[in-house]
Amino acid sequence: MNLSGFGGFVARRVIGAIITLFAISVVIYVVFYVAPGNVAQITCGPRCSPAQVHQVAEQLRLDDPLYLRYWHFLQGVFVGHDYSTGTSVEHCPAPCLGLSYQSDQQVTELILAKLPVTGSLALGAMVLWLLIGVGTGVLSAWRRGRPTERLLTGLTLAGTATPVFVIGLILMIVVCGQLELLPFPQYVPFADDPEQWAWNLLLPWLSLALIESAKYARLTRASMLETLAEDHVRTFRAYGVGERSIIGRHALRGAVGPLIALSATDFGSMFGGAVLTETLFGLPGLGHELVEAVKVVDLPVVVGMVLVTGFFVVIANAVADVLYAVADRRVVLV
Amino acid sequence: MSLDKASVEAPVKDAVKDAVTDAEGEALVEVEDLTVAFGSLRAVDGLSFRLEKGAALGLVGESGSGKSTVASALLGLHRGTGAEVGGTIRVAGTDVQRASETELRRLRGARAAMVFQDPLSSLDPYYAVGDQIAEVYRVHTKASRRAARARAVDVLDRVGIPDAVRRSRSRPHEFSGGMRQRALIAMALACEPDLLIADEPTTALDVTVQAQILDLLHTLRAETGMGLLLVTHDVGVAAESVEDVLVMRHGRAVEHGPVAAVLGAPAQEYTRQLLAAVPRVDARRESGDASGSGSGSGSGSGEIVLEAVGLRREFGRGKRAFAAVDDVSLAVRRGETLGIVGESGSGKTTLGRMLVGLLEPTAGEVRYEGRVRSGAGPAVQMVFQDPVSSLNPRRSVGESIADPLRARGERDEARVRERVGELLERVGLDPAHFDRYPHEFSGGQRQRVGIGRALAAEPRVIVCDEPVSALDVTTQAQVVALLGELQRELGLALVFVAHDLAVVRQVSDRVAVMRRGRVVESGSADEVYENPRDPYTRQLLAAVPALDPAVAARRRAVRRELAPA
Repeated sequence: MNLSGFGGFVARRVIGAIITLFAISVVIYVVFYVAPGNVAQITCGPRCSPAQVHQVAEQLRLDDPLYLRYWHFLQGVFVGHDYSTGTSVEHCPAPCLGLSYQSDQQVTELILAKLPVTGSLALGAMVLWLLIGVGTGVLSAWRRGRPTERLLTGLTLAGTATPVFVIGLILMIVVCGQLELLPFPQYVPFADDPEQWAWNLLLPWLSLALIESAKYARLTRASMLETLAEDHVRTFRAYGVGERSIIGRHALRGAVGPLIALSATDFGSMFGGAVLTETLFGLPGLGHELVEAVKVVDLPVVVGMVLVTGFFVVIANAVADVLYAVADRRVVLV
Repeated sequence: MSLDKASVEAPVKDAVKDAVTDAEGEALVEVEDLTVAFGSLRAVDGLSFRLEKGAALGLVGESGSGKSTVASALLGLHRGTGAEVGGTIRVAGTDVQRASETELRRLRGARAAMVFQDPLSSLDPYYAVGDQIAEVYRVHTKASRRAARARAVDVLDRVGIPDAVRRSRSRPHEFSGGMRQRALIAMALACEPDLLIADEPTTALDVTVQAQILDLLHTLRAETGMGLLLVTHDVGVAAESVEDVLVMRHGRAVEHGPVAAVLGAPAQEYTRQLLAAVPRVDARRESGDASGSGSGSGSGSGEIVLEAVGLRREFGRGKRAFAAVDDVSLAVRRGETLGIVGESGSGKTTLGRMLVGLLEPTAGEVRYEGRVRSGAGPAVQMVFQDPVSSLNPRRSVGESIADPLRARGERDEARVRERVGELLERVGLDPAHFDRYPHEFSGGQRQRVGIGRALAAEPRVIVCDEPVSALDVTTQAQVVALLGELQRELGLALVFVAHDLAVVRQVSDRVAVMRRGRVVESGSADEVYENPRDPYTRQLLAAVPALDPAVAARRRAVRRELAPA
């Protein structure tokens, strides 16, 4: 195996990801902090006194030229920052994304507090949607042309067409309200009580998974049907290999690459895009926080949040590409 | 190649065979009144034949004759595809028509194994070659993973894959075309079948590799005593490999008998036509066939129209750069045909494109009538290999032919139509077909359209890149004849790029043999074919399948001598 070629591919992909992240940070910084209007006033919040606004302007170094301000911001991210509040000095350690003046908290701390919630949600939902989606896809590829396939196709179509808050609401009303099988979801940290953590997250996971799995079912089915029409499947049929092996070993293998790529990107975007689910189930995650921050125009929090989301999406994409190449080594050769 | 007999002894035979009763004296294959219909199309229409144990039969026919459909029917592969199969098929003691799915699976691979045409797409790209062979082996035996893997290495070694232990871990894309075909044959051998069905096993391969594969099949048959059903469009390939031949047309048998009889003294008109159309590598051009003699200008006497001087073309950058064409100089004279022959990757297509001006050379120059030329122009035109993809499917053929006219500034629609009508007639098509679309034409007709389009620019030189390689032999002969006619009437110079040595001989006054981007030998066609000086040319010529089984045996012996030990 050509390991140097593969190592080179990974290296190229990682460098690409770093450049992308850098570009994202520039764009976001410029868009938010160079926007017209009194940035210091907006950042500080409507109830700030002129003195406070003046202090914020100093901390943001609004008098410096743009590149210096950005440089300062980068410094905060990589080595940390000390903010002088007039009487004392507040230290903001290494990945410092600034201060939220409105909530009187460091942005990094704020995000770190919400990360486990969104992480739990994304991870569990992904496991579920892969199970449901790939299972459905395999089943409909296997039963192609029969009523089972048509039924499954209909269901996945319905799944794609239904908004998450409809499914989530129905699930909540039926399971928690009518049947009283589960309590209404409330986030319990994994470290406190793993069992409660899982039970409480089950409904959010399920409603996300039901929606997302439709996409995966269709991808799996399409990819498998494509493979089933290929010559090498004919070869194995002509050699007496059973349908189960052909489906499970040969047809499914072709779907692995696309599945990895899609789930990695979906997992990444879950960190900024699960707003509806989090709001619906009252989970204090990143999406929820972002909505709150936007509502009150808490600029540092919005910037930090968008950066973190971008970070996850870019990393997930890079990981997806590398995993795709692991699944199909021919990619590296191109 | 190493043929370790002891290593391929396997307990498969007994394990598989007790499942199906093996009546003594029964033929290996018995097909009676076979019909296969796809909807209203009867692909096979009342075909009957027998194949005795250990014998070899060639099913020969042009495309659409139903030969591959027969091969698939022998393994019951039409089941569940919607095709209607009638008649009786017995293969190695199994009644294919009535057998259950389980019985069919037991037949497939274990008692009758199939080798397919395209060795790249016929293997799963995701798994190691050895694992795929082991998988097939495990389906039919209850062997352990380890034993199956060892068996895979055995058979790979047997078909001449060097360093089989290591190579068995490679995926198909890491193999060359010839090695992939060997791997497929190894898969077929894994369970020691009684019958090998080979469906165009060498069509996608270069002529030297084809010869190696055919020799391998020959050796394996002699050693294992298995029967062979060879499906091919190439009469020469059949003559090399089988004792009996069955010529098919429109799903029916035209003629059936020993190779020497059928090919030597065909009883049927169709067989005669088919054989007459097959280009011979040992026939001189002047021998008066339909392709047109070298009359008119006479080779070598006309002035030089197109000239390549020190042409070089590189692809890729840095370490990956390689020269597809490397220091090639040649000249084309008025009214003559220059044949450029070579195997895949020899750079012949790249050279052709540079001559037309579709590709800029990295170094060297192309001169037209003594002047250095850059970019494409009307004087030098091209006819492409694939008549399907080289015509725009969304435009009528008339529009396609009119393009060069309009490109030259013709704006009068009536004149364009008139001229296109003339051109259609010139290439043997109905002028009324102006408004038809490419899919309404056959392959040969589409290639005529391609030629018409090239003529529209009123060129002095036409570069034909594999113009007939996608066509059946009878169509091939007609298109070649057309090119010869046009050359004589219009005084065209032709550059004929092809991999098929026989076709090149048929059309060329002079020939250049290419290998790895360089011209290894060039000269008059007769000189090069009759007294080849370069060892590579000799190797190529020895690899061409012969129509006469006796000649085939002689060539096989020559190949053994030429083969590097």
